[in-house]
Amino acid sequence: MDSVILDLREKLKKGELKPETLINHTLENSKVVQDNLNPFVTICDQVNLYEEESVLSGIPYVAKDNLSTKDILSTGSSNTLKDYVPFFDATVIDRLNKKGAVLVGKSAMDELGLGGTGTTCHTGVTKNPWDKTRITGGSSSGSACLVASGVVPFALGSDTGDSIRKPAAFCGIVGYKPTYGAISRFGLFPFASSLDTVGVLTRTVKDAAIVVDNVLGIDENDMTSINLDANLSSSLKNDIKGKKLFYIKNMVDINNYDNPSEDLKNILSKFNKTIELVRSLGAEVEEISFDQNLLNAILPIYQCISCAEATSNDSNLTGIIFGPRGEGDNYIDMIKDHRTKGFCSLIKRRFIIGSYVLQKENQEKYFLNAKRVRRLLVEKINELFEMYDALIMPATGSIAPKIDSINEVINDAGSMQEVLENYMAIGNFGGYPSITIPNGFINSMPIGINITGKVMDDANVLNIAYTLESNMSYRGQIAKEVK
Amino acid sequence: MALIPVIGLEMHAEMKSTTKVFSPAENTYNDISNLHVNKIDMAFPGILPLVNFECMNKAIEMALILNCKIPEMFMFDRKNYYYPDLPKGYQITQFTKPIGTNGYLNIDVNGEEKKVEILDIHLEEDSASLDHYSYYSLIDYNRAGVPLLETVTAPCLHSASEAVAFLDTMKNIFRYTGISDADIKCGQIRCDVNVSMMEEGSSEFGTKVEVKNVNNIQNVANTIEYEIKRQTELIESGRKDEIVQETRRYDESTNTTITMRSKADAIDYKYFVEPNIPPYKINEELIETIRKQIPVLPNQKKLNYINKLGINSIDANILVKDKDISDYFDELIRLGSDIKMSSNWVINQIMDYINSNDVSIKELYLTPDKLKFIMDQVLLDKISNKQAKELFLMSLELKREPSELIGELGMEQLNDMDEIKSLIINILDNNPKQVEEYKNGKTNMFQYFVGQVMKQTSGKANPVLVREILTALLSE
Repeated sequence: MDSVILDLREKLKKGELKPETLINHTLENSKVVQDNLNPFVTICDQVNLYEEESVLSGIPYVAKDNLSTKDILSTGSSNTLKDYVPFFDATVIDRLNKKGAVLVGKSAMDELGLGGTGTTCHTGVTKNPWDKTRITGGSSSGSACLVASGVVPFALGSDTGDSIRKPAAFCGIVGYKPTYGAISRFGLFPFASSLDTVGVLTRTVKDAAIVVDNVLGIDENDMTSINLDANLSSSLKNDIKGKKLFYIKNMVDINNYDNPSEDLKNILSKFNKTIELVRSLGAEVEEISFDQNLLNAILPIYQCISCAEATSNDSNLTGIIFGPRGEGDNYIDMIKDHRTKGFCSLIKRRFIIGSYVLQKENQEKYFLNAKRVRRLLVEKINELFEMYDALIMPATGSIAPKIDSINEVINDAGSMQEVLENYMAIGNFGGYPSITIPNGFINSMPIGINITGKVMDDANVLNIAYTLESNMSYRGQIAKEVK
Repeated sequence: MALIPVIGLEMHAEMKSTTKVFSPAENTYNDISNLHVNKIDMAFPGILPLVNFECMNKAIEMALILNCKIPEMFMFDRKNYYYPDLPKGYQITQFTKPIGTNGYLNIDVNGEEKKVEILDIHLEEDSASLDHYSYYSLIDYNRAGVPLLETVTAPCLHSASEAVAFLDTMKNIFRYTGISDADIKCGQIRCDVNVSMMEEGSSEFGTKVEVKNVNNIQNVANTIEYEIKRQTELIESGRKDEIVQETRRYDESTNTTITMRSKADAIDYKYFVEPNIPPYKINEELIETIRKQIPVLPNQKKLNYINKLGINSIDANILVKDKDISDYFDELIRLGSDIKMSSNWVINQIMDYINSNDVSIKELYLTPDKLKFIMDQVLLDKISNKQAKELFLMSLELKREPSELIGELGMEQLNDMDEIKSLIINILDNNPKQVEEYKNGKTNMFQYFVGQVMKQTSGKANPVLVREILTALLSE
């Protein structure tokens, strides 16, 4: 079985499973998992069952809470929007509705997408279903948790740096960020518009392909949307013979790390084993030495660009038109009060960074230089994509950290460890299709492997992931500690 | 030492378009608040801007008219600041690549041509409008997202009248092209006015003061005159230091300007390229298509009137000043009316009437074909000029066809030679004393006889015929 969705459809079709039974079961499960792991902002008490016959009809799913859902609370996991009920659907939600998929809830996330841990949601920390003392990663934390727990076969997420792909790795599932613009961003609460991508979390590659096939395409409400002319699910062939992949040697060579942890050693050795598997399947894999300065620049570029765009994008959160009205004698004090009370400290810090790098006297040095280096990096990767079909790398340099180890201070700044933890932002810099799939376990915690390809080449990236998945034993896995 | 005022203008014009510049809400002025509002205009979470290509093309058209350089790409930037009239917390505008740069516009200042340098012209969105009351303010989002075209001149103007001439010329171009209705009453034209004083012979500008958001052309003139006076007095009384770089506002009730904020408090707008709108390539083909659509503009039209119709330049200037008036005049000519007569009638009777009754020429009951009828009656000697003017007013007053009124009012001129002759003989016979006086050299008696004829015919007798016959009879 390579698809949970198709399996469910089969049962629904044959009448072995009634649509109401499936949904009721999902809602019951949701409540149990919510009590244990806290992945929801909202569990729907009323769901609509659609008549439309499609591959997704009757299939329950969860959407990240930064997707606008008509008549359903959409908070972005922020106190600034804690009672906000939109009057319009995001395009991706609308398209799923039309296909008959059933939205059963809205998942928690790092506030407004600005965070990578799942610990900054206004409803509290989302716990990892494989180990409740650990984080899920973020920002699509609730979505990752719910798919890994087996509550839903798929969940929508959004990815600005690695916000789908990292929690997918920490939770042992598939996280797919399509080419930038392939899925409309209309109705997605923005974090950084030039990087934001709507994507999907699933337990199989085929499910990711099926969902994205059904929401792809130009949207007249999003001028950056593109027409990805592909039928992703039907192009999965379990065949990568003759494909050429590369990995970045700097980050995969254990000798480049100061005091590597046991986890990192295991991650790299598992990665190498998977590379052997890739080769045994008939693909070539080459190692590329990359300009270390460019690699070191990834996180700073990401911070400059994403924080700058975020500080502007979130300027509509004033409490004047929507959200709880702040107190004060004038509009400035009212906005100040709303934002002071509404945002967590991580967001405030990032807004300050964003504001700082945009200031007239700093913009050239930080923001514009970040954009230039982003372009350099992308040009370099594009050159490699001329020669290779995809980049393959470990998804993270560690297993999901313990919740109580999370603090906001970056203490490995400039280290190779830091580079490895953040390099997936390359996928957002270039708008590349990028997918993380499970790559086994270390100390009973899942780890992931990531495949990134050239723009619009989603079918190829998914096929590589599908082939690997088909030759490993982690497809469809569900976390043990659900109940 | 003589002081020369140095003035630069930033003119904002609300554009005419079906929908707003980044949203599908209607772009219409409405007295009822918050009627034309889309979720995009109110910045609900998750909205994205959608560029209105109609506005984009009109912006290119204006840039071409102002002889500007057009960039290869159409792109937008964000101007970030917090204000309750700005729902997104940023305004989408053009900063990196304005749609036009380094252009110029020739204007006529009291008969003399002046070249006004245009630094840039750019497309942006308007903010919501605010009404402030003592304890609260009301926000109307009808205006939020209305397309604005901002034209920035170099500091090359030197008097209020130059500024007014520039703004009038721009206003006319906007109306001729339909880029903007430029309706002052609806606040469609707003200006930021920069004024400084330069010492004659010096190449150094004085300290510049910016007066923001002056909302009609007369107030721009008032602002400039006030600032020239204020700054001149300060300089001449040795208090030059008191002129500081600052933003002021014009206060209509006192006709003065008032400090808003100093330069130290200037806002850093943190401009950056709008990521939600992909750059749009402007190719030569598009530019040429737009260039071809530019209608005949006031300057060209004025030359046509002078060269092709033989109208003097003063009259031509008046006729082209307002597009609607010029359209009316053109229609008269197209219908085959007498040129000189048409120009006189439009400039005098028509403009007097619309100005004193505050009506638009477009709404005038007396359409060009009706006016032509009246003028034709004069040319055909059927009615006198005086009667024509009466008929004109009567027709407007009663909203009735002049062709019907002319008969009903008994206005048709008396042209019957025999009838006039017998009338005059009768008058001369009844006034032997006056005839005697005339013959003895009191020639002004002639006018007395004319008056008598007119009196008896209620002014209908053709005065030319009357004179001819009277002269002949008196010399007998």
